[in-house]
Amino acid sequence: MTDSHSEFSSDVDSHADAPTIDPDLIDDAVDYFIPGEPLVDTKAPSGPIADRWSTRKFEAKLVNPANRRKLSIIIVGTGLAGASAAATLGEAGYNVKSFCYQDSPRRAHSIAAQGGINAAKNYKEDGDSVHRLFYDTVKGGDYRSRESNVYRLAEVSTNIIDQCVAQGVPFAREYGGLLDNRSFGGVQVSRTFYARGQTGQQLLIGAYQALERQVAAGTVTTYARHEMLEVIVADDSSGQRRARGIIARDMVTGEVQTHLADVVVLASGGYGNVFYLSTNAMGCNVTAAWRAHRKGAYMANPCYTQIHPTCIPVSGSHQSKLTLMSESLRNDGRIWVPKRKEDCAKDPREIPEEDRDYYLERIYPSFGNLVPRDIASRAAKYQCDDGRGVGPEVDGVRRGVYLDFADAIARLGRDAVEAKYGNLFDMYARITGEDPYEVPMRIYPAVHYVMGGLWVDYDLQSTIPGLFVTGEANFSDHGANRLGASALMQGLADGYFVLPHTIRDYLADGPFEKIDESHPAVVEARTSVEERINHFLTVNGTRSVDSYHRELGNIMWEYCGMERTEDGLKKAIDLIRTLKDDFYRNVKVLGTADSLNQSLEKAGRVADFLELGELMCIDALNRRESCGGHFRAESQTEDGEALRHDDAFAYVAAWEWGGEGEKPILHKEDLVYTAIEMKQRSYK
Amino acid sequence: MKLTLKIWRQPNAASTGAMHTYELDGVSPDMSFLEMLDVLNEDLNAKGEEPIAFDSDCREGICGMCGLMINGQAHGPEVTTTCQLHMRSFEDGDEIVIEPWRADAFPVLKDLCVDRGAFDRIIQQGGYISVNTGSAPEAHSIQVPKDAADRAFDVATCIGCGACVAACPNGSASLFMGAKITHLGELPQGQAERDSRVVNMVGQHDHEGFGGCTNIGECTAACPKEIPLDVISQLNRDLRTALRHGH
Amino acid sequence: MTSVATPTLVKGARAARSTIALKLLMAVSGLVFIGYLLLHMYGNLKVFAGHDAFNEYAHHLRTFGEPMLPYTGLLWIIRLVLIVALVAHVASFVALAARASKARTQKYAVKKNIASTLSSRTMRWGGVALFIFVVWHLIHFTIGKVNPAGGPTNDPYNLMVDSFSLWWMTVIYLLALVALGLHLHHGTWSALQTLGLTGNARARARAKRLGVVIAVLIAGGFALVPLSVLFGLVD
Repeated sequence: MTDSHSEFSSDVDSHADAPTIDPDLIDDAVDYFIPGEPLVDTKAPSGPIADRWSTRKFEAKLVNPANRRKLSIIIVGTGLAGASAAATLGEAGYNVKSFCYQDSPRRAHSIAAQGGINAAKNYKEDGDSVHRLFYDTVKGGDYRSRESNVYRLAEVSTNIIDQCVAQGVPFAREYGGLLDNRSFGGVQVSRTFYARGQTGQQLLIGAYQALERQVAAGTVTTYARHEMLEVIVADDSSGQRRARGIIARDMVTGEVQTHLADVVVLASGGYGNVFYLSTNAMGCNVTAAWRAHRKGAYMANPCYTQIHPTCIPVSGSHQSKLTLMSESLRNDGRIWVPKRKEDCAKDPREIPEEDRDYYLERIYPSFGNLVPRDIASRAAKYQCDDGRGVGPEVDGVRRGVYLDFADAIARLGRDAVEAKYGNLFDMYARITGEDPYEVPMRIYPAVHYVMGGLWVDYDLQSTIPGLFVTGEANFSDHGANRLGASALMQGLADGYFVLPHTIRDYLADGPFEKIDESHPAVVEARTSVEERINHFLTVNGTRSVDSYHRELGNIMWEYCGMERTEDGLKKAIDLIRTLKDDFYRNVKVLGTADSLNQSLEKAGRVADFLELGELMCIDALNRRESCGGHFRAESQTEDGEALRHDDAFAYVAAWEWGGEGEKPILHKEDLVYTAIEMKQRSYK
Repeated sequence: MKLTLKIWRQPNAASTGAMHTYELDGVSPDMSFLEMLDVLNEDLNAKGEEPIAFDSDCREGICGMCGLMINGQAHGPEVTTTCQLHMRSFEDGDEIVIEPWRADAFPVLKDLCVDRGAFDRIIQQGGYISVNTGSAPEAHSIQVPKDAADRAFDVATCIGCGACVAACPNGSASLFMGAKITHLGELPQGQAERDSRVVNMVGQHDHEGFGGCTNIGECTAACPKEIPLDVISQLNRDLRTALRHGH
Repeated sequence: MTSVATPTLVKGARAARSTIALKLLMAVSGLVFIGYLLLHMYGNLKVFAGHDAFNEYAHHLRTFGEPMLPYTGLLWIIRLVLIVALVAHVASFVALAARASKARTQKYAVKKNIASTLSSRTMRWGGVALFIFVVWHLIHFTIGKVNPAGGPTNDPYNLMVDSFSLWWMTVIYLLALVALGLHLHHGTWSALQTLGLTGNARARARAKRLGVVIAVLIAGGFALVPLSVLFGLVD
């Protein structure tokens, strides 16, 4: 990289008049990166925030319907963001190829979202509006998101509900036949639309059906069980660099295929599986995004990770994934651990009241068990680190705290508790084999969502021209933390209503100069993929891929999880580098390249997680402030509250790949708020 | 726990497979069934034997990717998905027979992985409501009686795992189809395409080589989402109506 | 390895050519049989009204509708309907059974039945057994008029009494009635489900109960006659 610098760089030095910043705040990671040019989003129109999206839609060039068939689009991923985009662009008449690693587009992990989807419909007439949803989202993101993008998200949220209802998504309804709403994630208005606990499933099936309709219409071709392993970035004869296709592996036959197109869209989801254990699906990975990153797409804010406090704890070293339970459990359950370490192995029912520590109620008397997610999560970690965790010992530590419904059952009666939480209790009982009506539940935090992702401009285009990124894979809308019921909103906003408008501005200049499989960029991409596959199969070492993944996950969870410190992050970077080295020399992948080979698939993903993990730690090390899902122990108030440093860190950290074994380059995009004022939160 | 596992191994779609026997010790009752297979695979990998291929993704019972025939029952002895089945449902010393879904419309790709693309193609034939992005009316302009909305939701919970086909002695996908027909048919939005939807979906179902339904109910007993047999009645009724309408 | 599903989309599917249309054919023809069996059973029970009443009924069946219909006219209409229903029932059975067996050519090593009833699992072989029985039954009482006891065959009442006085004849008929009962038990519910009349849990339970009632009523009603003859209640 790169000639495209100039396109995103500002001519004005925005730091010229900046007040001086405490140098201790900004020097943690100086040895780990190279400072780059500042980055500016050139696509967002100026003017009043409420008019920007309309202006952009108007200014974006149109594509003649007759030309659309000649323009080809590759979309990687079939979750909410990918399936909705593929369906919509297919309907518009473009020639779309849609890829997913699962056996069907319907299985993408959006399907597992439980709670709901926000929209500023104001059906309850309770004071909601586009502006309020915008405000809540920016505030929830701890003022680390780009305001134009968030406003647009709030604006199109209402269209999403219309679209999904028309598709037949069975949202919950009231007796009058109109849509029901509930309040979610601590906001004071009821703007969340839901389909029992399976909103993600219903929305995804809606998008999937729209996608399959286009398959039948011949506008979309789907490639299930195909994994994207490289992006093709080619210069045309005038020297213009563009994303022109992907290299994908047919996961059944092992065939390495070249797919060329005029534009590439990554809707490949988040990278929470870098922690090995997370609530993500087994196959969720960063490979598509990371391969693009290595080809010049900047990775933004990779350290922003959302950790959910109420998950079912790990039961042993065999654990393969974690399961989330609705946060609503904290409304009636009381969280505690034994006061004495000796009691931790006891039956909790035999621990008398005076020997229990209801630590959230003790430390945060006004919010008690309902403190925000990150505070609840960290508090649980502190208790367990202190040796007072409960549940089975895994690797010598008990990682769990009790969530006790005994009081609620005594107060409300078992039936009332069952009516409210019955299905959650059933799920818990099925997984743990314990009856939560009798024995207190055990919970522990788990990685749930990542706010970081590939950097995109207002058009959702990355720093590689012609490479667009949507949904969780991009960084744009949630800042440092995501509000409940906003992930589904963002995925569908991007896919149905944003990308189809912004991508046409890019495609209006196409079809681009034809390239074929003999183009040097294609040959290079293909060769690198084949060499990588060949490498994994020929190392013939001693350790399984999973064992590396698990070890990486432990490092990330320990040092780049709920609480991060300068020393811990530096240590983690060293550990990851050593692990990566060992991985390439000592991994054991059996089977062949030309068949279904799940170890081989995982090897490629873990290789990319190792590199991502290092960058996450560097990003976390650089950001010596606490904001949203990122908590630096060095940056907290006396009460243990997260402390932001807006003077030093009110920017998006967009990292450029520096090359193999080289330091990454940090580009800063300053965050400017014109429609909202930055505030510090408090929960005491 | 110590287990004897008899597992179908098949190198690829073109070759023939066979049952192989493995002994696995140190299984914890807290493991999920798939975690037990993960442990077996780690063992095999260490011994230099290629791990067993099986599908799974979300491992929380919603994506529908996993699905194994366990001791002759689709998803095993509990009413749930394979990923939510735990080893405490088995006893120390048990012998467990593990096979892939068997249906000619679901060809085996490798070991325990099958190709369920036929389900996608059935959906392509009308398992949707035709509404282009942006052309939807305001959401509240469509009122749906709560009963209809609830029933639509109940059957829309189908995860497309294929257990119904696997359990059906006729290899029929009627429960899968019936769930979609009922979901969309219950809603006012779904009426315009109701006749063509059922005719085309059933046409594709037959073309894929699924068998016909004989109403015996093995499908609904195996369904992890407990989709009731009612939906097959609805499917039949819609087809009959379409027949009457000359489709 | 078995055949691979073809990844093509069907164009111009027709409702009438679907498996469900075949099932509808099966269901409707089955219901015709149920209707006929109820009539037939009613006729058989005339036995209890005595020799003359029974024979008169048998004769009346042949003269029913005269002079609009010729002698045995109604009987032939019924026979025609039955033959059409039989062809439909058997043809749809053959087609559906062939489809089902092609749908899973590689069998499971272990397969458990969880929900299905014995009657539902015996539909096919039970159906074949019933078909063979019907052929024998027609030879016995209608076409061939065979009196296994060696007596005369021109008196319907006596032919029946003679036949069922033989224990093994009664056993054959009773076995056939068990097969019929099983077939009706699943067949009744299945026909209603196929016709789409069981779209909720209550209707489903009702249809299953109706299956039991029809099975017991018809099989039981028919069994009364041979049992009565065997035990000497009718002679």
